[in-house]
Amino acid sequence: MDIVVCVKQIPDVTDAELDVNKDGTGIDTEDLETDINEWDNYAVEDAVRLKEALGGKVTVITLGDEDSEDVLRHALAMGADKAILIDEGGFAFSDALGIAKGLHGVVKDLDFDLLMTGVQSSDEGWGQVGLILAELLGLPYASLVVGVEPGDGQATVLRELENNTQEKVTLPLPAVLTVQTGINVPRYVSIMGIQKVRKIEIKEIDAGDLGLEPDEIGAEGSSVASIRLSLPPVGEGAEILEGSMAQICDKTAQIIRDKGGVA
Amino acid sequence: MGEILILAEHRDSEIRDITFEMLTLANRLGEENNLTVTALFPGYGVSALAGSLKGACDRVLVMEAPELENYNADTYLAVLEGLIRERKPALTVIGHTAQGMDLAPALAIRSGVPLVTDCVDVILKGETMDVQRQIYSGKIQADLVMKPSETYLITLRPGCFPGGSEQGKSADMESLSPPEWTGLRRQFVEYLEAELEDVDITAADILVSVGRGIGKMENIPVVEAFANAIGATLSCSRPVADKEWLPKSRQVGTSGKTVKPKVYIALGISGAFQHQAGMKNADTVIAVNTDPKAPIFNVAHYGIVGEILQVVPELTERFKKE
Repeated sequence: MDIVVCVKQIPDVTDAELDVNKDGTGIDTEDLETDINEWDNYAVEDAVRLKEALGGKVTVITLGDEDSEDVLRHALAMGADKAILIDEGGFAFSDALGIAKGLHGVVKDLDFDLLMTGVQSSDEGWGQVGLILAELLGLPYASLVVGVEPGDGQATVLRELENNTQEKVTLPLPAVLTVQTGINVPRYVSIMGIQKVRKIEIKEIDAGDLGLEPDEIGAEGSSVASIRLSLPPVGEGAEILEGSMAQICDKTAQIIRDKGGVA
Repeated sequence: MGEILILAEHRDSEIRDITFEMLTLANRLGEENNLTVTALFPGYGVSALAGSLKGACDRVLVMEAPELENYNADTYLAVLEGLIRERKPALTVIGHTAQGMDLAPALAIRSGVPLVTDCVDVILKGETMDVQRQIYSGKIQADLVMKPSETYLITLRPGCFPGGSEQGKSADMESLSPPEWTGLRRQFVEYLEAELEDVDITAADILVSVGRGIGKMENIPVVEAFANAIGATLSCSRPVADKEWLPKSRQVGTSGKTVKPKVYIALGISGAFQHQAGMKNADTVIAVNTDPKAPIFNVAHYGIVGEILQVVPELTERFKKE
């Protein structure tokens, strides 16, 4: 079973207080660590598990700057076999379609049974790229995937719906799956693990190699005319309890007793 | 007169809340732009159910076929592409739900319509559209101006608009014939409900809910001890269930459970909208988080800015029996 996985590097904002850059087009990323997009990490893990069970090769692809090599090395250390880096030059301010066009340029020439990626990215969260890719490739797809069972020429797939409900569907292969978090528990990648894959060659490609015209991608190819980021207005919001830790805990304990009827 | 098209969402003979939320938005935009509001209701044996949209839009298009009994990307793509090409609605609205997230991106490509997903608000002005989104887990607001287009497609985040089946309208009911089905690839097999569970978190009066901020599984006993001390049930946000630190049955949120306890204590939960959707109706919400700008503080009544591992043990002390 040959699998292609599309991954993305994202700034890790989990515990960070964010600020918007001067012209309002992005966030300040100086103090932020980068990481593999969480959803994509689950997709890589699932691809590697399928390969380990059934044989085949896993190819990871990203579109990003040269630092994005890190997420490819991360995926290689998890067990992927090959990696391709599409240089982000020309793709700045692309919409999801623009990014999908870049990935499509590479993926269309690869042989695979499954193409996997995360449901969405933790930064802009469009949740579009994987499914646009499916449509550009003319392939069947399923999103929000929390289980994959490959069979003879087809895959049985579980999709996550609302309210603790799942949906079972079948898809002929090849197919595109966008993977939901929690589908597995991704393996830990150590520095040693990254060291071991440092010599694997990463193939580099740019928009020109893919025959993409500048007006197909980037701001010009995007359906978005302009974007302005801001910190969301603070609503009524919580009464923030102030004071020493002891005072805060006294107040909180009182609230719990009053509102919860705790003795 | 032009129109706004919304895709009514239903499952197991129930109309999903998002359907009426989309209609609230569509009716507002319709009034502002002199557009009528049409709801498309695909399904099988659903004409009575579709009738419950009568008071909330100008027109209900019911399309019935065995192939439409359950949502399937392939059949819905064929239906929506045909309808968008034929009717050229100024705007098509789909829910940002498990169904809509699955459908919209491929539909946009197939019908050549610009798409904005996960919108929290929309302003339509003739052939231009401004859209508001929340990105970086709700920590940043993004205001987008779209390039002019005759027709747009959006998915609307659940919970952003009030619902309600009575919106002062009286819709015409029309039935549409389904298209010819060609090239159907995906097949629906069945719905699977969650398995039997250890604890029912929806029955608890007090929930101590733990999120990613707990750091590692080894720290779970700290919050467990606190829950025990106040007689609360332990629940969690998605990342904790994903990492299998607590069972999935304990997860609060869109894909997990909706809870309404007397007191909800959110520990290290940033408060993504999917989580808020599951707990915002709790009587009293107390949140502990290191980030003073965490979205959870917008729905909490009381907030503590601090580390769980410092706050919780000290708080637990307050409830130790002497």
